[in-house]
Amino acid sequence: MANSQTVSFTLNGKAVQAEVEPRELLIHTLRERLRHTGPHIGCETTHCGACTVDIDAMSIKSCTVLTVQCEGTQILTVEGLEQNGHLHALQEAFTQEHALQCGYCTPGMITRAYRLLQEIPQPTEQEIRYWMAGNLCRCTGYQNIVKAVQSAAAKLAAQPA
Amino acid sequence: MIPRPFEYHAPASLPDALSLLQRYGDEAKLLAGGHSLLPMMKLRFAAPGHLIDLGKIGELKGIRQVGNEIHIGAMTTENELVWSPLLAQKVPLLVEGARLISDPQVRYKGTIGGDIAHGDPGNDHPALMLALDASFVLRSAKGERTVPAGGFFRGPFVTAMEPEEVLTRIQIPIPGAGTGWCYAKLKRKTGDFATAAAAALLRAKAGRVEFVRLALTNVGATPLKAQAAEQYLQGRAFDDAAIAEAARLAMSICEPSVDQRGDTAYKTAMAGEMTQRALRTAASRSQ
Repeated sequence: MANSQTVSFTLNGKAVQAEVEPRELLIHTLRERLRHTGPHIGCETTHCGACTVDIDAMSIKSCTVLTVQCEGTQILTVEGLEQNGHLHALQEAFTQEHALQCGYCTPGMITRAYRLLQEIPQPTEQEIRYWMAGNLCRCTGYQNIVKAVQSAAAKLAAQPA
Repeated sequence: MIPRPFEYHAPASLPDALSLLQRYGDEAKLLAGGHSLLPMMKLRFAAPGHLIDLGKIGELKGIRQVGNEIHIGAMTTENELVWSPLLAQKVPLLVEGARLISDPQVRYKGTIGGDIAHGDPGNDHPALMLALDASFVLRSAKGERTVPAGGFFRGPFVTAMEPEEVLTRIQIPIPGAGTGWCYAKLKRKTGDFATAAAAALLRAKAGRVEFVRLALTNVGATPLKAQAAEQYLQGRAFDDAAIAEAARLAMSICEPSVDQRGDTAYKTAMAGEMTQRALRTAASRSQ
């Protein structure tokens, strides 16, 4: 591959490397080289949020970042949320509150909600709607997604730190 | 959607970035947050041979007070503006504006400097900068110059920046105590550009306008400073008639392009409506 370079970063706690051309988008590296197909390609135009991943504690649309920009970063995808076989509270809440139908937007929704709850652990409904506005869902009408985020927030707050 | 091939450079310091820019000239583009440039490269509206990523240059970040001004590094992100306690206290107009830009994910990446230097009349910071009387520090290998926001925006995607220059810092005079503020933005949905928006600063004393600044987003080839409206309001009693006349004067300078957001008449009318809302809200926050 002409002009390719090695990029190293941490993916869900593991050190990884990828040989990429500078023009390769992170979503393609994650899905096609590193076989992390949780982040989805929805619109490919920075609108829908299905490709959202967490990079250095920021929610980022991975269709709009070059892999070479991610040298040395810590990346978290939806695959990294489950711990020791236990789903994350958000993953549990999304199933219990019926916050998904087709499921296409769900990895992006959950990854974004994860960062939101790190920043605002007990968001109001209005805050959830404002801070989740970069993720589109065509099935649910959003109501149950909001409920799921509220439910996960309550569960996480009840857990001992 | 994949960009054309290019060479990627990630300089660790500003001098390194400037020498790369000097070496590659017109073939190079600066990468800030990348949320305007990368979409354009994916659509192949832009195909630079060299991409110079400013993301590793720490000195281009940060918000601080210097005397009576706020200095903001050009690579400071929208999200950092939104959460800045210093800005909330000193320049709340900028926080209100940043909260209305695009969506949360984009705000983690998008930068104030990128938004300004891109020269897109749909971007929000340009009008905010006009309302705030901001100035921009431009650096090249040859030296540094400071350009007021008023002379910076020349046309769609055209600014006063030379190809070898980097926008390093935004300097904003802190509005006087008691100045009210508002950024009123009409948009079809989260993430959309403004159909029309108005940025206002206003301070009233005993019902009369003592200080006013007004600028408009996305209703012309550049952001527009509504100077006639400002001059009309200056010193005048702030009442419904004055607000209506200021809006009429603001509408008279609008030349919006027609797109799916609306036709000329609609967008112009919305610029008037946003002007009225911005002035009323700013006045209500004036002390």
